[in-house]
Amino acid sequence: MKVTKRSILVFGAIASVSALALTGCGAGSTGGDADDKGDAGAITVWVDADRAGVLKDAAKDFTADTGVEVKLVQKEFGDIRDQFVQQVPTGKGPDVAVGAHDWLGVLVDNGVVAPVELGDRAGEFEKVAVDAFSYDGQVYGVPYAIENIGLLRNADLVPEAPTSYDDMIAKGKAAGTEYAFLVGLDPEAADPYHLYPFQTSFGAPVFGTKADGSYNAEDLQIGNDGGKAFATWLGEQGKAGILNTNITGDLARENFNAGKAPFFLTGPWNAPSATEAGLNVVVDPIPSAGGQPAQPFAGVQGFFLSSESKNKLAASEFLLNYIGSEEVQTALYEVGGRAPALTAAFEAAVESDPLTAGFGAVGADAVPMPSIPEMGAVWQYWGVTEAAIINGTGGDPVALWEKMAADVQAAISK
Amino acid sequence: MTITEDQDARSDAPATPRQRRAARIAEAAGGGWGLILLKIVVLGLILALAVYAALVLIRMDQWVPAVLVVAAALLAVWIYSGRGRLPAKYLMPGLVFLFVFQVFAALYTGYVAFTNYGTGHNSTKESAVNALMLSAQERVPDSPEYELTILDQLGELSFLVTDPDGEVLIGGEDRPLEEVDDAEMRGGKAVALDGYTTLEFAEIVANQERISEMAVPLSDDPNDGALRTPDGSIAYVYTSTLVYDEAAGTMTDTRTGVVYSDIGTGAFTAEDGTELKPGWQIVVGFDNFTRAFAEESIRGPFLSVLVWTFAFALLSVLTCFALGLFLAIVFNDPRMKSKKYYRVLMILPYAFPGFLSALVWAGMMNQEFGFLNVVLFGGADIPWLTNEWLAKASIILVNLWLGFPYMFLICTGALQSIPEDVQEAARVDGASAWQVFRSIKLPLLLVAVAPLLISSFAFNFNNFSLIYMLTGGGPRDVTAGVNVGATDILITMVYKVAFVGSSADYGLASAFSIIIFILVATISVLAFRRTKALEDLN
Repeated sequence: MKVTKRSILVFGAIASVSALALTGCGAGSTGGDADDKGDAGAITVWVDADRAGVLKDAAKDFTADTGVEVKLVQKEFGDIRDQFVQQVPTGKGPDVAVGAHDWLGVLVDNGVVAPVELGDRAGEFEKVAVDAFSYDGQVYGVPYAIENIGLLRNADLVPEAPTSYDDMIAKGKAAGTEYAFLVGLDPEAADPYHLYPFQTSFGAPVFGTKADGSYNAEDLQIGNDGGKAFATWLGEQGKAGILNTNITGDLARENFNAGKAPFFLTGPWNAPSATEAGLNVVVDPIPSAGGQPAQPFAGVQGFFLSSESKNKLAASEFLLNYIGSEEVQTALYEVGGRAPALTAAFEAAVESDPLTAGFGAVGADAVPMPSIPEMGAVWQYWGVTEAAIINGTGGDPVALWEKMAADVQAAISK
Repeated sequence: MTITEDQDARSDAPATPRQRRAARIAEAAGGGWGLILLKIVVLGLILALAVYAALVLIRMDQWVPAVLVVAAALLAVWIYSGRGRLPAKYLMPGLVFLFVFQVFAALYTGYVAFTNYGTGHNSTKESAVNALMLSAQERVPDSPEYELTILDQLGELSFLVTDPDGEVLIGGEDRPLEEVDDAEMRGGKAVALDGYTTLEFAEIVANQERISEMAVPLSDDPNDGALRTPDGSIAYVYTSTLVYDEAAGTMTDTRTGVVYSDIGTGAFTAEDGTELKPGWQIVVGFDNFTRAFAEESIRGPFLSVLVWTFAFALLSVLTCFALGLFLAIVFNDPRMKSKKYYRVLMILPYAFPGFLSALVWAGMMNQEFGFLNVVLFGGADIPWLTNEWLAKASIILVNLWLGFPYMFLICTGALQSIPEDVQEAARVDGASAWQVFRSIKLPLLLVAVAPLLISSFAFNFNNFSLIYMLTGGGPRDVTAGVNVGATDILITMVYKVAFVGSSADYGLASAFSIIIFILVATISVLAFRRTKALEDLN
């Protein structure tokens, strides 16, 4: 009989679970449930753990000013994109969600985001941030942070910034450490993201740009003459042992923190550990290898507006005048450490912290990571080709690079 | 969960402890009044929960699940309320679990395999039209910002706007802007007008769906654009780059004049085949299955991937079983000292999460700095994960490390069940240890272990996480021009094809899951047939 009792209870649990499971609606996502008569005076915001605290304060202010309640739902950042895509069409999704700009291609193609009119405030944000959040000439969302890599220099080993890549290697060798220069790569797929500034310094961006600054998928630039020059250069660096695909991101960080190299090409995420290791670090501009400016990718984070939101006015108001306010942008910078997207907050952050200033200065030259779906085809072939060139396993670098460009082109036009 | 009986409540308690005990046992076996009460309460709770769930579902227009939930609840009440029906009482929870977590998921996968569900075909046509119309609203470049006050007159809303030059205009849906000169001004912004009520922010929020869809034409010419407001306090001039003709079901691009129509492909398509994104979800029949075999990126490497998948799954099972069995026999020997501690050590790899182990192994197999090369091989330069054949060997090796404890456990268990006297008799007859193992132990062991070997094969056939974490399917031949590496198995290849970059093709992925399921199921059925022969041994 005990079994029976227990199974009844279990069944109760199952019934509730199955009811939720069958509706495809997990617990905690029941917000944003605005029916015709109900709580139109509430907006639901999906936010990740790091940003939840700041948003709580912003939401309080917003509710005090407007009477509109803000329901914050905490999500794992990596899960937000797919859940947003799946839940918005059901009408149960959030009104606003935090996210990264390179999701835009997927979000727009699935029709789950609505444009946000920045109006005359567009000029108050860093240009790269607004560009990143633009897609097909429309701005989708309000950016809050910009992230890009820069060159960390151990100032105790090398006192002044390098003027070019060759100068950096010379200085690094003169410092007499085990490595002249470090960048985290992967044995199988190198790391196109970290190597991109060197590639752009040869004048070979992935895609050309249209007149309005957005990427043109029809104009694949990666295989141009600059790209071939970059491929040759990669092969040389690999042969010289300066670029080593066996040095992964973790190994590079450990070696740099142990003082085994004066230069480390990395992002703000590795700066705190270097400072904690007692190093005297400075962020320099990324030195050019091919003579042209070395432009890294910028990753921009921000908040999106759902296309199925029943509360667009309130949500837009919250996005523009609260998340887009200097106070909130600064607070988000203080918890996340990424440079703010709002120019006023950005300048204040740059003044207060030399490392942020360093990464910010590099970011001024950065280009948004392409968010067009065609980028998926590029990632497929890009890294493995770089790794093969660096390791000298695939034969002639230029031939490999041309093959890669052809493969990418074929995958895009399929 | 036990029911505490109130001893004092029973005045006619039997005298001797023994009788009391007997009475208690009888009471518990018969199900006392407490139990019946509990039953009623719990069943009531289940029903209440089901009704609540059904109401929620019906409000979301999910009729099928609603009916199912209610039916399941009624069935539960019927099963558990009466006497008898004992088998059903035991089976019901399991069946519900089976349905929710297995049958439903399988059926849904089957359904998705016949649709074009994926990036760009994510929802209904209605949502797609809505999203397209939203994205098509473009602000007229360099057009002024208008200060906005929203007015209400007998339920009809109007925009009262002040342009940057201080001119005040009013208009509404289908009522183009016209000048007014008697508006009440505050700080250079018109805030009220006689005969109208001004909406406060709370009222704007309450009507925001209407307001955010309002478009107030600038003039009689629709090409001049219309005023819309994103936040209720500022209005901008927008023109729409798309016009939707609901009757004809077409979208027209106002800039190029191209007409996109619904031709049954799940997206608005122009004459030349260009599609407007987003589209919507439709049923496409067997398209995904034909694509699964026709897709160039799959067809090329398919055969080699299939062969490696079988090799990987078979070798994984065989190596793990061989090592597990060997260790089990060794530790089963009565002469072995401190068996307990060894056995605990053996289980350790089983206790680590596979994801983590694979990542740690990937680090240990680094060609230059990995533990294996640096420490074990004294600074050798062995490309564990970057040479095609070594990578395959490494995968098998790591899977052996992850998988042998499981085999060790089941073999240890199975060995306990082999009667000692059979082996004794064989030894008396002069059989060698090898013969005893070969002709007695192994067949008897296989009776118990064969089904587990088959399930292990099925699991390894789809061992996505190990491949993904350890090699990512690599190393790849960059000159081949396909996105498939030497260690990709079917499931990781499907993942690469169906989830390129950030776009997802659930339809194709589901079709593939079904194909893989058919493969694995066929092999399993055949293997189970073969193992039937083993059972005749007993």
